[in-house]
Amino acid sequence: MIPEIGQFSLILAFCFAIIQGILPLIGVWKNQPKLANTVVPAARAQFVFIIIAFLCLDYSFYVNDFSVLYVASNSNSQLPLIYRLAALWGGHEGSMLLWVTILSVWTMAVTMFVKNLPESFRIRLIAVMGLVSIGFLAFILFTSNPFERLIPAAMDGRDLNPLLQDPGMVFHPPVLYMGYVGFSVAFAFAIAALLDGRLDITWARWTRPWTTVAWVFLTLGIAFGSRWAYYELGWGGWWFWDAVENASFMPWLVGTALIHSLAVTEKRDAFKVWTVLLSICAFSLSLLGTFLVRSGVLTSVHAFATDPSRGLFILLYLVVVIGGALLLFALRAPNVGLGERFGVVSRESMLLANNVVLAAAAGSVMLGTLYPLLMDALGAGKISVGPPYFDAVFVAIMVPGIFLLGLGPLAKWKKANLPEIGVRIRVAAVISLLSAVLVPFIMGKLTAMVAMGVFMGVWVISTTFVLLINRVKTRGMTGAKLIDTLKSIPLAFYGMLVAHLGIGIFVLGVTLVKGYESEQDLRMDVSDTATIQNLVFRFEGVKDITGPNYMSSQGSIAVSQNGKEIVTLKPEKRFYPVQGSVMTEADIKPGIVRDLYVSLGEPLENGAWSVRIYIKPFVQWIWAGCMLMALGGVLALSDRRYRVANKKAAMDAGYVPGVEA
Amino acid sequence: MKARHKRLAMIVAGLVLIAAAAVLITKSFRSNLVFFFTPTQVEKGEAPKSGNFRIGGLVEQGTLKRLPDGLRVQFKVTDTAKSMLVEYKGILPDLFKEGKGVVAEGSLNQDGLFVATQVLAKHDENYMPPEAAAAIAKAQANKTNTLSTENNK
Repeated sequence: MIPEIGQFSLILAFCFAIIQGILPLIGVWKNQPKLANTVVPAARAQFVFIIIAFLCLDYSFYVNDFSVLYVASNSNSQLPLIYRLAALWGGHEGSMLLWVTILSVWTMAVTMFVKNLPESFRIRLIAVMGLVSIGFLAFILFTSNPFERLIPAAMDGRDLNPLLQDPGMVFHPPVLYMGYVGFSVAFAFAIAALLDGRLDITWARWTRPWTTVAWVFLTLGIAFGSRWAYYELGWGGWWFWDAVENASFMPWLVGTALIHSLAVTEKRDAFKVWTVLLSICAFSLSLLGTFLVRSGVLTSVHAFATDPSRGLFILLYLVVVIGGALLLFALRAPNVGLGERFGVVSRESMLLANNVVLAAAAGSVMLGTLYPLLMDALGAGKISVGPPYFDAVFVAIMVPGIFLLGLGPLAKWKKANLPEIGVRIRVAAVISLLSAVLVPFIMGKLTAMVAMGVFMGVWVISTTFVLLINRVKTRGMTGAKLIDTLKSIPLAFYGMLVAHLGIGIFVLGVTLVKGYESEQDLRMDVSDTATIQNLVFRFEGVKDITGPNYMSSQGSIAVSQNGKEIVTLKPEKRFYPVQGSVMTEADIKPGIVRDLYVSLGEPLENGAWSVRIYIKPFVQWIWAGCMLMALGGVLALSDRRYRVANKKAAMDAGYVPGVEA
Repeated sequence: MKARHKRLAMIVAGLVLIAAAAVLITKSFRSNLVFFFTPTQVEKGEAPKSGNFRIGGLVEQGTLKRLPDGLRVQFKVTDTAKSMLVEYKGILPDLFKEGKGVVAEGSLNQDGLFVATQVLAKHDENYMPPEAAAAIAKAQANKTNTLSTENNK
């Protein structure tokens, strides 16, 4: 019964999506307020029914209803409760339901928080989100129904892929989707602006917080995924340039460009056309990512099912949404206007360079990701593009961008003075150069890549501090007033500082782990020792233990430094009988300056095992950097002045709430 | 006049930068393309003698053996028509099994032995990497083709 209620709710939600997406647009066009005003009730009704459907499916997981095909294929009565609930997004159908649920959450938020916009704009904005929803609900109902019954019911389920039985599974997909789908709001803002023919500072001010929220979620989602891959896949990599990772990384790059170009549009009324184009691209890339991951054209941890009709559906949907949006852009963008002019050296030109760099980086990632698929589709043979391509090209493109990151925030709007900036950054440049020599010296090995990476990381961090000091100085700092001065600086400014600091930390982490990591695969008999750097690893054998739904061989490796034991690591080799699969569970001792990473290979003769021992210096800095970037976004969002300014701008522009424009 | 010169210089500089980036990208792209070959193709000598490429197929039953040092393994990859010996040093992925699909990346050494730097076996009992599936399908198709041409004679 419950699954049928879910199914029925989904159909109702589909009907409401059609109302939400189509009637209001006709209403605004024909100037019929009655039609136009259906938009908010329809959106809210859609939200309610999608939530019901979502809860129904999760309830079926909760009670182990194996008469539902999707539950039977992705869960098992032995599976711990938390993973049963998370198993909802463990397969194709459920992930799509999660996607559309999150879309309706975003739509609901828009209906609640977007108030001071002109009526016609607000209606179009919500209607566009309805249009996006129609496609996805149709996709679920017609090709990937999660409520399909299995008759007769299975005795037990086929279990969730053991790879996914991890706390990461609970957080990574929803957070990542919050980011992916969140760009639909920026997209809807852009389309509504094109339809409305109005795009000004107020528009940018309204779009900005929504885009920032989505960006924060996407940043966190990618970081969680990377952290998860690091400990779960058992070989200590944190980024593989796997097509699915790239699919989430491209919208991130474009989204990052977008939040910067939105800043210019808001502050200077410039970059308008470009901002609209980026809004469209960010969401298009999110859709492309969904297509790549869900259509089965890729083979990876994330690709669940191979079903050509699904792929075709998503491809058609992509063509309609992206093609339609770009067509509208081509027709309407000239009306938007280019905005204010700016000098060759100015904050604007620096941000333009930032945007070009990020867009080029996204483009190069796209080339490497899509080219093999294209060649395969054309029957030109199977090829793959190796990680060295991405490493080389991505670094080469980002280096100038990161260098400019140090200069940009110091430059004045409209026209900046290059020598003046030069004076300000003298100290930062010296510190960065010194670090680039000293750090490799301390670590014991100098390579050009490490020196450059350290320079870049320290450059970003030190210029960020220069920026703060400068700001304090211009406000007149003396002794006791320092605290007051610091307090008077808006949170948005701190947000930028923290996010940029995060980039610096991230760059340092990547550089040091790439430059100085040590990876060894060893054959170890019981009580064998291995000495790596100044650490002694002693293999103490393996014992069998039993988990809730698996059997495990747990190894024990004692690590000591200078004769003093620091930790005993217990990596596992687990066997999940339901799917008959083996999983390697690494054990990691994380630390600020280095991670100790140990995982078991295979049993050899006489109790000996092949063992992986990795030392990963500064690897945690990578995720710490990502957390700081996200924190920067959150700080920018909590800027109080910003929200007040928002209301004020709406009033100034003559927009009075609730009046038909 | 002066402003126009400035703008022209900017445009030229921009174009030069873009051209440099394009050259860099295509060069790096070309040198990092990894092509895929089936064991049959490798036997025919179609695969590069030096440089990386990928092979795929099934791990032949009963061919997996560990060399005395305990870390190097050898196994045969077959597309059901031809098979080739592969050597790999390191720890095999969890889902590597005899009789299951596999993709390996590496190069041929002087003796014609394929030394893999990376072995990929994907995560599902019933799942076969598409490259491996394609290799087998191709070999099967060739077999039927040769049979039918022989019959026609």
